[in-house]
Amino acid sequence: MMAMALVVQQVVPQILPQRLVHLSLVDLIIVGFYFALVLAIGFYLKRQANTSEDYFMAGREMTAWIAGLSFLSANLGALELMGWAGASYQYGILAAHWYWIGAIPAMLFLGLVMMPFYYISKTHSVPGYLKLRFGEPSRALSAVSFAFMTVLMSGINMYAMALVMKVVLGWDINFSIWVSSITVAIYVALGGLRSAIFNEVLQFMLIWAGALLIPILGLIEAGGWRNLQAQVAVRASAQYTHLWSGLGSFQTNPMGIHWTGIVFGLAMCISTGYWTTDFLVVQRILSAKDLRAAKMAPIIGAGFKMFVPLIVILPGLIGIAVLPMKLMGEGAAVATGGHSYNEVLPLLLARYCGPGLLGLGVTALMAGFMSGMAGNVSAFSTVWTYDIYGALLHKTATDEQRVKMGRWSTVVGVIISIGTAYLVMHFKSIMDYVQALFSFFIAPLFGTVLLGMLWKRATRAGGFWGLLSGTLSSIGMYIWVKVDPSALRYVALSPYAKDMAENMYRALWSTLICVIVTVVVSLLTTPTPASELKGLVYGETDIPSEGKMPFYQRPVFWAIVVAVVFVVLNILFW
Amino acid sequence: MHSEGRISIWFFIGISLLGNGLLIFGAGLYQLTHPPAVPVVLYSLHANVWWGALLSLAGAIYCYHFRPGRV
Repeated sequence: MMAMALVVQQVVPQILPQRLVHLSLVDLIIVGFYFALVLAIGFYLKRQANTSEDYFMAGREMTAWIAGLSFLSANLGALELMGWAGASYQYGILAAHWYWIGAIPAMLFLGLVMMPFYYISKTHSVPGYLKLRFGEPSRALSAVSFAFMTVLMSGINMYAMALVMKVVLGWDINFSIWVSSITVAIYVALGGLRSAIFNEVLQFMLIWAGALLIPILGLIEAGGWRNLQAQVAVRASAQYTHLWSGLGSFQTNPMGIHWTGIVFGLAMCISTGYWTTDFLVVQRILSAKDLRAAKMAPIIGAGFKMFVPLIVILPGLIGIAVLPMKLMGEGAAVATGGHSYNEVLPLLLARYCGPGLLGLGVTALMAGFMSGMAGNVSAFSTVWTYDIYGALLHKTATDEQRVKMGRWSTVVGVIISIGTAYLVMHFKSIMDYVQALFSFFIAPLFGTVLLGMLWKRATRAGGFWGLLSGTLSSIGMYIWVKVDPSALRYVALSPYAKDMAENMYRALWSTLICVIVTVVVSLLTTPTPASELKGLVYGETDIPSEGKMPFYQRPVFWAIVVAVVFVVLNILFW
Repeated sequence: MHSEGRISIWFFIGISLLGNGLLIFGAGLYQLTHPPAVPVVLYSLHANVWWGALLSLAGAIYCYHFRPGRV
């Protein structure tokens, strides 16, 4: 979502006079087959969603593979695919940082360090963990902000999808919004998290089946990686195929970012905050059948995440090398009737894919949109039911009432999302503010949860005031730069910093403020008794032994394997 | 997930791959006999034939291996 939030605004504003591709009958049958299958899964799983544990936690019986692929798929939306392919065309391989250093270390950290505390505490949600560790006020702050932002983001994504369908296929916006949202509402309301997870795994496979052919054929056309590099160097810059070598200065790379922003802002704050505390993705891991599966799931997700640039970043570079036209920014595209950066993936789809393959590619894009929407809605439903309805509105709710509330809140969440989609359609600037609002909560929340898990001395007051001050400082910095653009030199350390760089540094400062306030307030307040910290914090929690098993079955072994491949990839593309 | 009495998620994935694979393979074969007026780039590789066959094969393996009722 974090990465998605950054690219939504790049994808959405495009308005083109004509569709990019035309679907044949076989393509339409493939799209229809997909819709029939996801609905069939929802109806089939309805009878397995009778208790709240079934409905909201998928019975806590998912294997590491299913939880891991679902964890990744909830993040792998079509905006992600199209937006980052466009970013790759615009910025080169630098965009891969959001898939490698901006994801892999965080996912491994979640699996090895943080997951045991989430899992042993048996919490149903991230706000639920905050309640156990820091009390009701912290939970309320986190739950209300998360629920509110999640449905709004879902609506924005829905609108973006409908607009992309209009641009790519010429479909009516209302038709796309209603068909996709009713489908998601039906299968999530019927089968709960289990249905969302099943469909996310299905969508993950479809995305790969539909998108992998583009880089394969693109590399064949370009004449292999070396020739592709040479053509990109001629048509753009040699720097476009290097990850790190241009990051010594703000001015020597196309993104206008310094390596400190990537390492400290992206890797240590934004990405770690997103992958370890955004309930949208963490919920998938909480459904794992045991602690080992819960630790393995993010590691499996990380293994696959490393290869997503094959279907996202590589097509952007292929677009630079083989497309006859020069792609441009949204404003220029609208003014001249040309193609924008974000159309690189549909353009390549139309270039290489004949009947059938085109339908599968379009289905992959739709599957990406719908998995993101289902992820938002199922996370909203859980946080609403457990952390708002059950905690604040109806504390004595029975299990049956919770399931009923879960189904209703799914439907209501979809309706609010549809309302947001129409609101954004008429007031596009709302989208920028909602995305910014969402980003305000992610980085400080990471500081609060991390200190809560690793530092016994952190108190309830420290956690609450740290979270609040981190969030408010992030909002303050955003407004400061909006009101006075010259403030960028202080917030992002350089007047040359671009939007992405500003986001990185704002996240870094808000996390630091959250941590400092939490530490200071904690040291000034009475420590929480050790008896109240059992199962919640390092040093007061007995982590169950994994027992005797061969080394190749241990999560730490696979984490090391993933880490080694990650380092090798960064060196290869330095 | 493959509990007794339940259909595995991998079976659904097999159905999806098999169905899509057969449709793409069929469309590819049709194009071999009725070449399009405006072919896609690298049409000569007939990607929809071999990609469709590959998906069908993977789908058939998943369907067989994770078929309902198999312990």
